[in-house]
Formats: sequence, C-alpha cells, structure tokens
Amino acid sequence: MIAYIIRRMLYAIPILLGVNILTFVLFFVVNSPDDMARMHLGMKRVTTEAIETWKAERGYDKPLLFNQASEGVGQLTDTIFFQKSLKLFQFDFGSSDSDRDIGYDISQRMWPSLAIAIPVLLVGLMVNITYALLIAFFRATYIDIWSVVLCVVMMSISGLFYIIGGQYLVSKLLHLVPISGYDTGLSAIKFLILPVLIGVIGGIGAGTRWYRTLFLEEINRDYVRTARAKGLSEVVVLFRHVLKNAMIPILTGVVVVLPLLFMGSLITESFFGIPGLGSYTIDAISRQDFAIVRAMVFLGSVLYILGLLLTDISYTLVDPRVRLS
Amino acid sequence: MMGELVILWTDALIFMLVLFSMAFGIYAAGKEHLRGPWGLVVRSRVGVSTLVILSFYVVVGLLDSVHFHPLLDSKDQAGQQTQSAEVISLFDYLVTPLRERQEKTYSAPLATHLYAKESIELASGEVVRDFPRLTFGGAHLENPEQEWSRDIWRLTGIGVLKGLLVSVVVTNILIALLAGRWKTSFGAVAKVLIKEETTVPWRVLLATLSSVILVLFWSIELSSQYHILGTDKVGEDVFYQALKSIRTGLLIGTLTTLVMLPAAILLGIMAGYYRGWVDDLIQYTYTTLNSIPGVLLIAAAILMLQIYMSNHADEFNSLVERADLRLLFLCIILGVTSWTGLCRLLRGEAMKLREVDYVQAAVAFGVGHFTIIVRHILPNVLHIVLITVVLDFSGLVLAEAVLSYVNIGVDPTMNSWGNMINSARLEMAREPVVWWSLLASMLFMFVLVLSANLFSDVVRDAFDPRLRSSR
Repeated sequence: MIAYIIRRMLYAIPILLGVNILTFVLFFVVNSPDDMARMHLGMKRVTTEAIETWKAERGYDKPLLFNQASEGVGQLTDTIFFQKSLKLFQFDFGSSDSDRDIGYDISQRMWPSLAIAIPVLLVGLMVNITYALLIAFFRATYIDIWSVVLCVVMMSISGLFYIIGGQYLVSKLLHLVPISGYDTGLSAIKFLILPVLIGVIGGIGAGTRWYRTLFLEEINRDYVRTARAKGLSEVVVLFRHVLKNAMIPILTGVVVVLPLLFMGSLITESFFGIPGLGSYTIDAISRQDFAIVRAMVFLGSVLYILGLLLTDISYTLVDPRVRLS
Repeated sequence: MMGELVILWTDALIFMLVLFSMAFGIYAAGKEHLRGPWGLVVRSRVGVSTLVILSFYVVVGLLDSVHFHPLLDSKDQAGQQTQSAEVISLFDYLVTPLRERQEKTYSAPLATHLYAKESIELASGEVVRDFPRLTFGGAHLENPEQEWSRDIWRLTGIGVLKGLLVSVVVTNILIALLAGRWKTSFGAVAKVLIKEETTVPWRVLLATLSSVILVLFWSIELSSQYHILGTDKVGEDVFYQALKSIRTGLLIGTLTTLVMLPAAILLGIMAGYYRGWVDDLIQYTYTTLNSIPGVLLIAAAILMLQIYMSNHADEFNSLVERADLRLLFLCIILGVTSWTGLCRLLRGEAMKLREVDYVQAAVAFGVGHFTIIVRHILPNVLHIVLITVVLDFSGLVLAEAVLSYVNIGVDPTMNSWGNMINSARLEMAREPVVWWSLLASMLFMFVLVLSANLFSDVVRDAFDPRLRSSR
C-alpha cells in the first residue's frame, strides 16, 4: 500500500512539471514580461524606464531560461523559469503583482471557502441521496417520471439564475439575511446560510439523477432479488442492500472533489462577497494579476492529483475486490 | 440590400459543420446500425418535439451567420451604390425594425413610457417631471392609458390568427405529402394522425411545430408596435439581443466539440490501439491538461489573448472581426479543456476492440494499422463520439454564461446570454428592479438547454444498447 502511494506520488512529479512548463509558456513566452508591464502601466506613452523598473520590482527582469551574466549554477537558477515557476514546487508562491505575499493570502482565504464548500457538499449529499432513494422506492410510477422531469428542468437552469434569483427573493424582498458580506466566528452563519442553500438547490438536479441511475442499477441485481425472496421488506432492501452497495461509486465520486473544496466556488463567492479563494481568483483575473493566477493554477493541479490518489485508495478501502497494483 | 459578403472565421466553420453533419447523415442513412438508433430517436415523442425546437434555434443561428456589408442609399461618383462600413447578418436584415428602433434607455416589456422620470417640456412651455413616451414602443396610441390593453389584445388576436392559419396550412401540406407517400387518401392519413397510430409521432411533431409558429407570429405582431421584452440601458430591444445571442450559444456548444473532435478521436484510438509508449505519452498529455482546473486555464489563456490583442490592435479590421476571433479562441480553449473525457472513453473502447476476433483476423491477414483503424475501429466508436457531442452541448451553453459573467467569456461587445446576465446583476439592484434582461436571457437559454438535455437523453438511450435493455 505504502509502496503504491509512493509510486503514485513520484508519478505526480512529471505531471506537475508539465503543468509548470505549460503555465510558464502561457505566461512568459506567449507574451513577454514587457507586454505585461505595458498592460499594467497603461498602453499609451510608457517610457522604457518605467517598464524596466516595473519588471525589476517584481523580478521579471531576468532572462527566461538561461542567464549568461551569472556564474556556475546561477546561470540556471537566476532565471524567470527557476525563480517564478520551479519555486512553486516548494509551495513558495512569491508575492503578487500588487506586492502581497500570496502564500499568506491563500492560508487566510482558505477558511471562508471551506466554510461554504463543506456544508454544500454534506447537505447536498444528504438531500440528493434521500431524494434519489425516494424515487427508487417509487420507481416506474408517475412520481418517478415527474421527479426525473423535475431534475432535468433544474439541471437546465443556469447556476447564475439560482444565485441572482435567490439573492433577490431572500435578501431583497424578504430581508431574511444580508445580501452579501462575511464575518468571523459564529456571526458568519447569517452570511453563509443563503450561499449554502443555493449551492445545494443548484446541485439537486444533476446529483439526484445520477444517484437514481446508480440505485436503479443495483436494484436490478441478483442479490437484491434474493433479499426480497427471503422476505425482507422493500425499505430494508433499499437501506441495507441497495444503499450500501451504491455508496461505493457515490463515495469515490465525493473523494475526488474533496481536495478541490479548498479552491472554493468562483461564482458563489464573488456574488456573496465572501473572501475565499474563489473570489481571490476572480479578483486576480479581473485585475490581471498573473502571479496569483499562476499560483492558483499550480495549487489546483496539485489538489486535483491528490484527489485522484485519494480516490484510488478509497476504492480499496470500501471495495475489497479492488487491489492496488 | 446586400453588399459584399463578409465571411468570419466562425461563419466558415459553422457552415463547414453543417456540411459535415449532412455528409454524416448521408453516410449514416446507408448503414443499418447507425440508421436504426436515429429511427428510435424520431419515433420518440420527446425526440421529435425537442428536435423541432432545436431546429428553430439552429435556423436563427444559421441566418445570423451570413454576414455582409449592407448597401446604402447614396451613390458614389462611379454611380455605384456605396456600402456601409458596418457588418450585419441576414438575420439582422430580416429584423431591421427590431434592430433600428432604439429608445433612450430602459423601458419595461410592452411599455409605452420610459422607465425613469425626466423633465418634459409641454407645448405650453411648462416643465413637468413625468415618464416620457417611448419613441417607438406603442407610439401609434393617442391615449396609452385607455387604449393600451385593448391594443395588446388586438395585436395578440391578429398574431394568433395568423399563426393558426399558417399552422393549418403546414399541417395540411404535411398530411397531403404523407398521403402521397403512403398511397392512401387524405382522410385516412388525418384519421391515423389524430389517433396517433403512426410509428413516428406526427401528432406531437405537428403540435410542437404549431406552438412554435403561434409564438413566432404572436411575437412578430406584438414587436411590430412594442418592445415585447423591453429595452436595455442604451435603449436596445432586449428581444433582439436575446435572439442574437442564440448564435453565440450555438457556436460555443458546437464549435468547441468540432475543434476538439479530431484530437480526441485520433489520440484516443491511437492510445488504445498501439498501447506501449504511445499510450503512456498520450495518457501523460491528457492527465496534465486535465489536472489544471478548467476555469483557470481558460482565464489564463483569455488574459493572454487580451494582452496580445491590445498590443496588436492594428491587426484587426473591425470590432466584429475582433469579437469573432475571440469567440473562436474561446471555443478552442474550451475544447482543449474538455477533450480529455472523450479521449479516455475512446482509449478504453479501442483497447477492447483491438482484441475482438475480426480485428485479430485483419491483423493475421496482414492489413495495415491505418486501414484497421479506419475500417474496423473508427466505425465502432462513432456512437460514443455522437453521444458525447450531444451530451456536452448543454453544458457548454451554460458554461458560456458563467465565463462571460467572469469576463473571460466572449467579447463584451458581442451579444450573448452571459453578457446579458452580467449586466443584469447591476440592474437587479436598481429601484424599481429592471428584471426583463435577466428574464429574457434566462428564458431563451433555458428553452435551448432543456431541449438539448431532453434530446441528448433520447439520443443516448437510442445509441446505448446497454441502457436500453435495462429499462
């Protein structure tokens, strides 16, 4: 098991290196640091000195891959690629273009993101599984048909509509909770209720439909027929046999997104003014702060690969038939 | 009317796609295993009704993809008609009144007055603060307060009557055609249709078609005198904007898959067929691309494009061309982030197929790898490709809205549902609320995505025998 995990982690290195090179090409080769400086300083009549100082302040004045001015190892290390891209492997994100420490910002903004993402995941899972089980109980009746129709309708509504509509209805018309904002400690709850609620509602359509197919697949299996033949009631069959076996794909589907919860939700956070990593990214995109976007791309990739690893491990834990090799 | 044709990149690609799907249709008609599932699709009631609605969207999108410089009335020295510098589409030309009747600012749906009070100078020289009349919306009414509702009902009546008339004509033509084909009498066909005893649910098809025609004529009639979905901040008709956005939505949904298909098919099949280092390399490529969160990759790429465009502003002839290239680029980058799923599916399928008897036999006969892939493997994975294309469509339409909202979607000058929603965010905070822009974009998007979702379910059930048997 441990050997497998170590091998998988070693396998992650070339992938992260690939991500790194890709972002490097995207951010420094497609457009040179000069272009970026001009963009930031305004397009018209920028003096060469202004561009040079902007670059020097942020360490973009070095050569891209190979520094002929330096000696020995410095020829490779004193370059943008080494300083800006490879340092990410040490989780040294450097400072943003507006001169703030990115690593510190991320560690601060992680918590509000999690405060929304975890409740959305847990409550959503509960609601979807309950609803899907209910549909499976009433399968092939009108309840089933109309529930599926409802799910498809809910899937077809843009997530933006849930947010705008929910904010308008709950906050503006009914004045139940503030429209947006965030607070520390327990007083954050009143800001979190609405985004969590909307996150759950927005996920019902796709989630319930997916779980329904999983349940129905299990219901057609032989062991379920045997259980019924033994005289077990339908409720016991559903909870003890069907739910337990269908939990395998459900759980592994959840595990893969667990690490990515840290990244937060871009849209929800920016709509509700929650200072999480999602809104951090959005702000960086709109301010065109490349250092932050680069750091988030790398962080996202690391978390995704972690998610894949966790999924493989969790398979062996819940399903003894799967062996790691 | 029409001056010089302008062929934008996306226009060329969308018509290429149309040709491509027509060619595929002709190819599929000759193959029993492809024709069979399509037969199931048109035999399903949901299938035909969503097909009708989707084709309505496609027609608007295609009309909107023929661009040209309109001719002006004035003539130049050589006696030839001059053409305008602006680029419009055939659709723009057809709905010229909608496009040109601009108000001053916001007005509610079907309103006769502006949304905000202004100082108006009366004929007597007195200045009052009141809601000014619209320049075009309901301008034919003498006394809006009393005549308004009656006028709306009158126009509705006329529209519905015209719509009914046209749908009756269409129905009769269809019945006559069917009667000719089945070699029975007109009455017999009508009877079978009404009782719904046909294999293809013609009754459902006609019902959907008639409702589309009714709504169409009703909106044509009303929008000839009013702004049926109101006007936006600069006074542009919201109904027109929502209709124009159809092209953007369709393009994002289809071109993205068109862009990614060659790479996904080629690499997926190669990885599964050749195994070994080819497989490792391809797997490495897609795992790397897949591990970057899609939104961030798109954001990074679009940011870079923005910088490139602002540094090379002189390379683009017009705003339309610039917006168009950005749309194309967005499709490409969306394609890059979304091809991995299909690639993985195809790899698995190709791995299975290379072991089946007829492929083994082909290898034993000394058939080349290329021929085996084209003749034996590709035709057997086409249904997977088709299902993926149809399933991805609705997700991409929704994604466009989200991306445009974050400003990394289509160009802000381009009509799209995402841009409409983006501006609606501020409008919802106004007092009184400006809700019609949001509602219009949501409604148009919802109808398209819902039909696409329902349609893709039907297609998947028809093409996936495993699912069919379990029902």
